[in-house]
Amino acid sequence: MSYVGIVLISHSPKVVEGIKDIIRQVIHDVPIELAGGTDENEIGTSIEKIQVAIDKAYSEKGVLLMYDLGSAKMNAEMAIEMSEKDNIKIVEAPLLEGSYVAAVESGMNKSLDEVVKALEKGF
Amino acid sequence: MDNLQVEHALDWMAKTNEKIQDNKEYLTTLDQAIGDGDHGINMARGFGEVMKKLNGEAYQHAADVMKDAAMTLMSKVGGAAGPLYGTAFLKLSMTFKGTDVDYATFSKGIEDALNGVKQRGKAEIGEKTLVDVWSAVANALRENEGFDSEVILQSAKSGMEGSKDIKATKGRAAYLGDRSIGHLDPGSVSSFYLFESLAEVINEGA
Ligand SMILES: Nc1ncnc2c1ncn2[C@@H]1O[C@H](COP(=O)(O)OP(=O)(O)O)[C@@H](O)[C@H]1O
Ligand SMILES: [Mg+2]
Repeated sequence: MSYVGIVLISHSPKVVEGIKDIIRQVIHDVPIELAGGTDENEIGTSIEKIQVAIDKAYSEKGVLLMYDLGSAKMNAEMAIEMSEKDNIKIVEAPLLEGSYVAAVESGMNKSLDEVVKALEKGF
Repeated sequence: MDNLQVEHALDWMAKTNEKIQDNKEYLTTLDQAIGDGDHGINMARGFGEVMKKLNGEAYQHAADVMKDAAMTLMSKVGGAAGPLYGTAFLKLSMTFKGTDVDYATFSKGIEDALNGVKQRGKAEIGEKTLVDVWSAVANALRENEGFDSEVILQSAKSGMEGSKDIKATKGRAAYLGDRSIGHLDPGSVSSFYLFESLAEVINEGA
């Protein structure tokens, strides 16, 4: 069985590691990949890291990207355009709470659109 | 200068890199005032990597120089400037591809880059971002008929200076609201260096 994958994008590697730890206490099977910090692990975001994370989290059910601040969203959008896949989406939701809800929904075997809808309704 | 050749494109990037490295502290100081203080560091790292990349390759066309600059900036800059400049150079490369980069093509490229940046940042003119400089230059190019360094320099300068007395409504500086008024926008200043460098290339290649 495959799940909607989740990519956590933050300016800080520590932020996404912490969020993943919190989610993993509850949700074990949903793919969660991290794209925190720049290529040098400094504060910032990296398209390359996001692309790698998308590839790892990818299943035919698609991937959801969660981000923290504005410039992370721009990099996320570029990574999606470059992937040339149409089942990768970004949602506007608080990174921690939103990712938690997304993981729960995905774990219930929801489709990408259903997970997105749950997040749009919830925040 | 009638066409932007490979060597002009390479020189353009090299001169931009020099100005960015020389003004790294200044850009950072500007970003400390209304952002998070990393614009100088981001741009210096990004353009440093661009030069490494460009110096290691042989190019046949200006479009390929723009493309490599774009890809490098996207992955190395780190902050908002990465996807924004990355998009701008990618658009230049797409518009230049497969043709001589005469004035009309160049001017179209800057226009396309401007539109790409606006779309990427969801920004319009007058929001105190580098869009203000790119749009000032794009307008000036549209109203002229040949590569003119003075036109490019002055339009970029007016765009940059115009960013000072307005309120930021996009990017990190927007969190400051009215307190962003009275400070130059760091991204507008780095874009000014880019166009100032272009003006120098045009002068030398005349
Ligand atoms: N949404 C946006 N649209 C257009 N330009 C923007 C936007 N956000 C930021 N910028 C530009 O980017 C510059 C800041 O770049 P930088 O410091 O590298 O990124 P960050 O804000 O992520 O720290 C700003 O001065 C502004 O010109
Ligand atoms: Mg900054």
